[in-house]
Formats: sequence, C-alpha cells, structure tokens
Amino acid sequence: MITNIKNGLDVSTVVQAAVSQHGATHEDLIPILLSVNEQLGYLPTEALSEISHSLRLAHSEIMAVASFYRMLSTEPRGKHVIQFCESAPCHVMGGRQVLRALQEELNLEPGQTSADGQWTLLEISCPGICGVGPVMMIDEDVYGNLVPERLSEILAKYRE
Amino acid sequence: MQAIRSLVLVSGDAESKARGSLKVYEELQREIIKFGLQNEITVTMVEDVGRHDVLPLVIVYPEAVIYGPVTAADVPFLVEEHLYKGRIAAGLQASTKELSGRIAWLSARKGTLPAEQRIVLHRVGLIDPDSIEDYIAHDGYEALGKALNEMSPQEVIEEVISSGLKGRGGAGFPTGLKWKFVAQVDNYPKYIVCNADESEPGTFKDRVILEGDPHSMIESMAIAGYAVGADVGYIYIRGEYKLAQRRMAQAIEQARELGLLGEKIFGSNFNFDIHIHSGAGAYICGEETSLIESIEGKRGEPRSRPPYPTTHGLWDKPTVINNVETLANIPPIIHNGATWFRAFGPKSSPGTKVYTILGNVNVTGLIEVPMGITLREVVAIYARGMKNGKSLKLAQTGGSGGSIFPASLQDTPMDYDSYQRAGVSLGSGALLICNEDTCVVDLAKVLLNFFNQESCGKCTPCRVGVQRALQILTNFSEGTGQPNDIDALQKLSDNLIQLSNCGLGQTAAVPLRDMLNHFRAEVDAHVKLKVCPTGVCQMSGKHVWE
Repeated sequence: MITNIKNGLDVSTVVQAAVSQHGATHEDLIPILLSVNEQLGYLPTEALSEISHSLRLAHSEIMAVASFYRMLSTEPRGKHVIQFCESAPCHVMGGRQVLRALQEELNLEPGQTSADGQWTLLEISCPGICGVGPVMMIDEDVYGNLVPERLSEILAKYRE
Repeated sequence: MQAIRSLVLVSGDAESKARGSLKVYEELQREIIKFGLQNEITVTMVEDVGRHDVLPLVIVYPEAVIYGPVTAADVPFLVEEHLYKGRIAAGLQASTKELSGRIAWLSARKGTLPAEQRIVLHRVGLIDPDSIEDYIAHDGYEALGKALNEMSPQEVIEEVISSGLKGRGGAGFPTGLKWKFVAQVDNYPKYIVCNADESEPGTFKDRVILEGDPHSMIESMAIAGYAVGADVGYIYIRGEYKLAQRRMAQAIEQARELGLLGEKIFGSNFNFDIHIHSGAGAYICGEETSLIESIEGKRGEPRSRPPYPTTHGLWDKPTVINNVETLANIPPIIHNGATWFRAFGPKSSPGTKVYTILGNVNVTGLIEVPMGITLREVVAIYARGMKNGKSLKLAQTGGSGGSIFPASLQDTPMDYDSYQRAGVSLGSGALLICNEDTCVVDLAKVLLNFFNQESCGKCTPCRVGVQRALQILTNFSEGTGQPNDIDALQKLSDNLIQLSNCGLGQTAAVPLRDMLNHFRAEVDAHVKLKVCPTGVCQMSGKHVWE
C-alpha cells in the first residue's frame, strides 16, 4: 500500500475517492486526474501508479494523458497559480506590458515556480473574458482591465 | 474623443444602382463635406436591403430613419435637415410597412440601445438560468414536445435542412446535412456530442449561452437525438468554464426530475440522457476528432479523416458533433419553422451570428446580428466607433479559422459565402478591432505563439512548421529578418495548409497568408529597412548590417 502525504492529504485515499466517484473505465481517466490534481495541487507519481492499478491501464498511458493537458501538472505548483492571458485580444489591449511588469514583480518567467513555493506563473490561452482584457486569473479569482500599476495591490492580497 | 455620430447607409444592390443610388452616394459625400461633417458622419453602400418598392434607400443611424426613394436632388435637403440640423427630413421618409430582411431588422434599432431580435441569445439575461420553470415559461421544451408529438425524425431533419442553418463553430457545414448523414447509418448506438470546448481567443459566446440558458442545450441535443436515432448525448465543456459546468449539471438534474430527460420523454418511445465531460485545458480538443479522443479518456490528438465522425465517431459509432451556438438555433427553428428562420440574413447563410466585439473600440461586448452585416456597421453602430478617434487598421476574426483583414474589406457582408469570395474567413465570431497603432507583424507573432503552444505535436508540418514560422516572425520583430525569410514564410504557410493533419495547422497558416497578402509593405519595412512603422516591435536584435 502506497501512502504519501501531499497537502496534508493521503494520496491513496484521494485517488480511491476519485475512482469511486467517477468510475474505473478508460473513459473516466480524465475526470479522475482532474479531481486528484485539484485536491493534491498536482499529480505525484504515486497517484499515477495508484490510478494505473485501479483502472488497469499502463502507467505510460496515464502519463501520456497527464502530461498532455494544461490543467494537469506532474510537477508541484506554487501555493498560488497565476494564469496570465497572452492571447491576441488581451495583447492589443496592453497585455504585454502588464505581463512584463508581472514578471519583474515576481521575478519569474512563464512556466516557473518561485523558490519559496508561493507562486507559479503560467501563460494560458484565452479564458474567454476578453471584454475586459488584459486578464489574469489567480487561483479561481479573475482580474480584468489590468494595468501594470494595479499589480502590486492585487498580489498583496495573496501574500502572507 | 471623437466617435462617429451618424452612419448613413445607401442601398447599393443592382436595382438601386439602376435607379441612381451611386449618384445619391456621391452627392451625400459632397454635401457632408460642404457642411463640414465628414469627420463625424460615415456614408457607406450596402447590399441586401430586402425591399424594392422604395429604392434607392438611404438609412440614417443611430436613429434608424429610412428615406426612400431618394434622388440626388433630394440630398442637399436631407443632409441639411437631418445630418446638420438633426431633424427628420419631412416628406422623404419611406413607409415602414412591409419591410423585410436585414432592413426590417435594422429599422427595429431605435436610439442608442438595440431592440435586437435575438434567436440564439433570446433568453440569455432574461431568465433565471437555475430555474427550469423559468425556461419553460419562456417557450422552453415546446420545440422538443412539438418534435416528439407532431413530427417524424425525417421531418425534423428536413426542417433543419430547409432552414439553411450552417455550423457556427467556424467551418460553416450545413447542420441538417450532418444530421441526415448520421440518420442514414444503420449502426447503433449513435451519439450526440455538443462541442462546448470554446477556446478561440476572443470568443466567449458559448460561455454566455451555457451560463445564461443551459436548458436550451438539453432541449436541442434531445431534438438532435430524436432526429438521428441517438439516445445518449455528451456535452464537452472546457475545464476553465466552472460556472457553465455547474449550471449545466444542475439543469440536467432538473430535466431528469421532470421527465424531460430519461425514458419515454413526453409520453413517446424516445429515451435520451446527457453526460457532462470536462475538458482539461487543451485548445486542440475543440477539433471534433480530438474532442472524441478526449471523451474516450485519451490524449486529445486528432484522428485522420475520413472516416468522418458521422460514421465513425465516439467509440467508432455514428456521432453528431455540433457547436453550442449551432444547437441554440435548433429549438427556435423547430418552434417557429424554417421559413421564419430564413427571414434573417442572406439567402446563402440564413439566421443570425453572435459576435464578440473586442479591441480598440469604445464599446466591447457580445452582440447577435443577422448574417451579412458589415464590419463597418458593427464598428459604427455597436462599438460606437473607434477609441480615441483613431482609425481602423485591421480586424482579426478569431484566434483560428479567422483572418487578419484590412480596413479596405470592411464593407464585405459578414456571411460565409461573401467572406469566402473575398478570400478571408469568418472564424468563430470574435471581432478583434485594431487601430493604426497595431503592428501586423507583432499581431501575427502573438497568434503564432498561441498555435505554437497549442499544437498537439502529432503531425510534423504543424509541430515544426508553426515553430519555424514563429522564429521567423520573432526575427522580423527584432530586426534580424532576412529578405528570403519572406519567401520561406510564404512556403511554410502553403505547407501548413496542404499538409497538416487537422484544422489547427491549416488555420495557423491563415495569419501568415493574410499578413503577406494585405500588409506586405509593413512586413518589408521590418525586414529590409529594419523599421517597425508603428514602433511596436523593439528591433533590439543585432542587425546584420551593423
């Protein structure tokens, strides 16, 4: 029995709960991965092995799916995940300047997680909130009509 | 700030021209300049006015006053009275009786707020999306009842075919025909899939429909199921649309409780149920065969076609895949009939289209307008003109499947056929309006960067071609481009269109093709003179001639 504590949760318990919620066929793989990823913050190897056992699918097959989708991560992510939209509509509204300021503020490149584990900065494709671009999401919160000057005030809310 | 105060439309169909509308148009231009109004009033010619007894017509917005027939001799009076003094030019108004087509729709727009006649969005914002009772009180599930009790499956398909409805996801394939293909196949079970993996940059129409009118998806998928002989539907909603997923799940529960999903719906022998499948963050899954792979629990890599999903779809069974907006048209078509539907928009592309207006304009947002409206009308009427009085340089019609098209094409009617003839594509309905401060190379770079991130990597032309194109564009924007790179870009664009396995690679070529077709001088400036005319590109690279 593999047990491992991530985010204070037991990996095996989380996986089994997801499997009994969604089912144990190939079709249920992505919903299971989404649930586990949401609870643990990412998909540790132990979780993938456990899913592989439960669904009777090769570990490589699980890995192929887990590494394909952007909302699934096989690497630990920061406590807060910032998703910045750099699609064309946000870009022409000044998104590039905001992203540059954000990178300076956090000292991170898109795709990186800060050394203290606080932040992960990701570029996402359009989240569909273009009427108020440029847009970013911090965890589940959406911020629109961004200008560089507003960033430190917004980030302060998430800093301890 | 300088917004366009009025927009003047002059009918420009063959009959109007025969009756002198060109003269009226020229005279209007002259008179407007005489009164010094040329900076606040735009005059344009439109086709498809749908009325013949009062031609040539002149229509003034935003008041939507219709004059006709107007002769060149009437113009000085019209301009002085209406455009200069701001009152209706007495005696010239056309009777508004028996107006039809686009003109009828446009004339319903009085004042600044639109009295839009909506089909797809007619309940959005009007009903409580969490209440099935509210939906039913607004004609909800009546079309399903009508289909099940009064029509045979063949009649439903015939009705959809004769409505002329085309797929609103971007490709514009006739919906009724797709249903007919699936209905013809004798292989069960069959599936209905609703493609709600809306990820086109600048598009959020499907989100608004899912969040504002979730029951319309259930009703239309059930109608589709009845028509083709399917009893299971899947709705694939992108992972980021959490609210839409919650509302849809609740709507499905409510429908099951009232027996509108499940067995023997409306006392008929028809059974139907719907499952929600969440996306997990992959743009490619909007491609129909990738979406199928994803529902099956695999990587979202597109399949080779043929065979098409109509015969070999989900679990290799016959499958109808329709976009959210396409499906939202179905209940009104069944409820009101194909003839009613064909009254909106031009003959070749009937109905309305939902657009998202974005970019450097005064008002951004979502609109539903008849097919065939022009970009100029959208900018002047709905977007209230360009922001800060700047001028329109180009519009981009959606992250993929769309085009970058120059201001010179802004009078092209926005419908599938007219756009195809003009060599541009309509895409999913995003209208990103850009002013003269936009650099076309920079814009193409952003678009290619998007495709570079979202290419699934299965086929080489797309995986390598997009990466290479992005590299060349980056060089252009840094001032390190070589003249032969332009030819290379042209070749890459051709290769992407001809050799890519799916629509993603093919449409990644579109911004390249359009940029080279319409903005060659600006590209040349970047490459040959190492200058970005708009000053957007940094040009910070080490120049070869240094």
